[in-house]
Amino acid sequence: MIAQALMDGLIAGAMIGLGAIGITLTYSILRFANFAHGELISWGAYLALALSGGLGYLSSNLTSSIGPFSFGWSLPLAAILAIMLTGVLALVSDALLFGRLRAKGGSVIIMVMASFGAALTLRSLLEFTFTTKPAYYTNALQIAMPLGGGMRATPDQLLALGLSAIMVVAIHLLLTRTAIGRSMRAVSENQQLSGIVGIDVRKVIRTVWLLGAGLACVAGIMAGLLVQIRPHMGHDLLLPLFAAAILGGIGSVPGAMLAGLIVGLSESLAVQFIGAEWRAAVAFVILVAVLLIHPKGLFGRVA
Amino acid sequence: MSVELIGYGAFFLTIALTYAIMCLGLNVQWGQTGLFNVGVAGFVAIGAYVSAILTTPDSPGHLGGFGLPIVIGWLGGTVAAAVVSFLIGALTIRLRADYLAIATFGAAVVVQLCALNLEPVTGGPFGIGFIPRPFSNLAGEPLAFSLLNLGVLVLVVAGVYLALERLVRSPWGRVLRAIREDETAALALGKNAVKFRLQAFAIGGGIMGLAGAVHAHFIGFVAPDNYVPILTFQVWAMLIVGGSGNNRGAILGAVLVWGVWTASAAAISVLFPPEHQARAAALQIVMIGVALCAVLLLRPRGMLGEVRVVSRHVAMPTTNQEIANARKT
Repeated sequence: MIAQALMDGLIAGAMIGLGAIGITLTYSILRFANFAHGELISWGAYLALALSGGLGYLSSNLTSSIGPFSFGWSLPLAAILAIMLTGVLALVSDALLFGRLRAKGGSVIIMVMASFGAALTLRSLLEFTFTTKPAYYTNALQIAMPLGGGMRATPDQLLALGLSAIMVVAIHLLLTRTAIGRSMRAVSENQQLSGIVGIDVRKVIRTVWLLGAGLACVAGIMAGLLVQIRPHMGHDLLLPLFAAAILGGIGSVPGAMLAGLIVGLSESLAVQFIGAEWRAAVAFVILVAVLLIHPKGLFGRVA
Repeated sequence: MSVELIGYGAFFLTIALTYAIMCLGLNVQWGQTGLFNVGVAGFVAIGAYVSAILTTPDSPGHLGGFGLPIVIGWLGGTVAAAVVSFLIGALTIRLRADYLAIATFGAAVVVQLCALNLEPVTGGPFGIGFIPRPFSNLAGEPLAFSLLNLGVLVLVVAGVYLALERLVRSPWGRVLRAIREDETAALALGKNAVKFRLQAFAIGGGIMGLAGAVHAHFIGFVAPDNYVPILTFQVWAMLIVGGSGNNRGAILGAVLVWGVWTASAAAISVLFPPEHQARAAALQIVMIGVALCAVLLLRPRGMLGEVRVVSRHVAMPTTNQEIANARKT
């Protein structure tokens, strides 16, 4: 049973980690805790649902399952479009709200409050459009394969794990090996100074929104594929995301992923030993422990 | 007809004034001190549950049955919420400003979970009923009952308002605003910023607890569904619209936003067929969310902006016009 709890925790942790990378990037570069990040996850999941439904309607070939997976080609195609659209949504919210507040020189906490208002607006719009009824990408049932050691996982779950690993490595390489990555790290160190030495700060901010939204969309699609799609899915993930971002250390991509896995594993162990009804409290306990013992987090520079 | 109308008006104002108390509490934290609390609903719930447990008659479903007087329940709710606020504040106030926001957000989630799952204490999903209501012996006469309850609420709001106005104009209030405006300067003058912030956060949380207790005794039951994040959001909208930093603005915003909220709820129940009403209710939240963002962008001071206060003993220009005139001369 413990082996299975570890497997479930690993899968949940991978989704938390992907979301937490987006939070940690916006936090370190735009310098505010974005409470609307959870809504990017939900919007990503619903956009993919609507697009994949539309593609399936156009051609029924697209809905027949690919190999061992539960979904057809309509979902990966829709996912690519949904990632772009979620990025557009983030850029629009920046243009309408956050960018204007930044231009007015609003304090950090005004941005946090605006993100809080944006979160409720976005979530309620989803509720209005899709109702609160849970939705699914496919109705196909999957049999979990034994992996040895008492662990079982469905092909979908293994795909999600593999994809998360690839994306973390890719983001890490992007930040450490490319010009835009170097600019991003410079802006997170000191925005004014990097502007002075000729870094296009606005381009960096756009890149951060696109990256964060894209990762949120992927996390949302995975959560929707493995669990279900609900308007509140992002909001329910928000506390684990913040806990992971702070545990990993603000600004650290590997830290966010590792901390996401830790949060996911703790949650699934708590479900095993304490009871499923207390799952949502685990992230808070981790958050309080980090703030008490080591507010910098695992790989953070400043508290 | 007119009796019913007065009765409804009294009911509406009573509920609006319970929100006004929450708003006044948030104003101490945000308006005066600049502390961002995203867990208002959690602190309100603590006050409501503690007061309910202290005052309800004995019952097998949950802890309590102390049957204490209502006033003791209100005090207990206030103190409990203040203690929890103090603990959350002690954990996060010395760190980055938005860590407090994240921690209060988490605290509200945990309070909600405890209310749902600690059945022996809180009665679980069904909550606690039969909370004694003030003047319940008059329940046969709805008009007198609702007017007396409104009177109690007016007294509580007036009491909190006067106490806060006095605090704001005291040296303590000046230190709070000094820290909010320029922490380094306040520190240089020997003021312990963390200590003052913590005090303000605990006082604000206590007032929210009082609001929760008063609300619970007015409606007569508490249940986890009363304290969802949307409550936090409503209180924030009230304070921002009314004008943060201004206690009168907090009360005005509470009555106004609650009025818009109930009016839009009524409009939805008339305009939409029953099967679509739950869906349309989401539009209500969209509307308030857009309004909050718009006020932040277009009129950050709210309807009544903050009044500039230096000391009770110094006459100061208070309105924008007076300030402008003072600058000209």
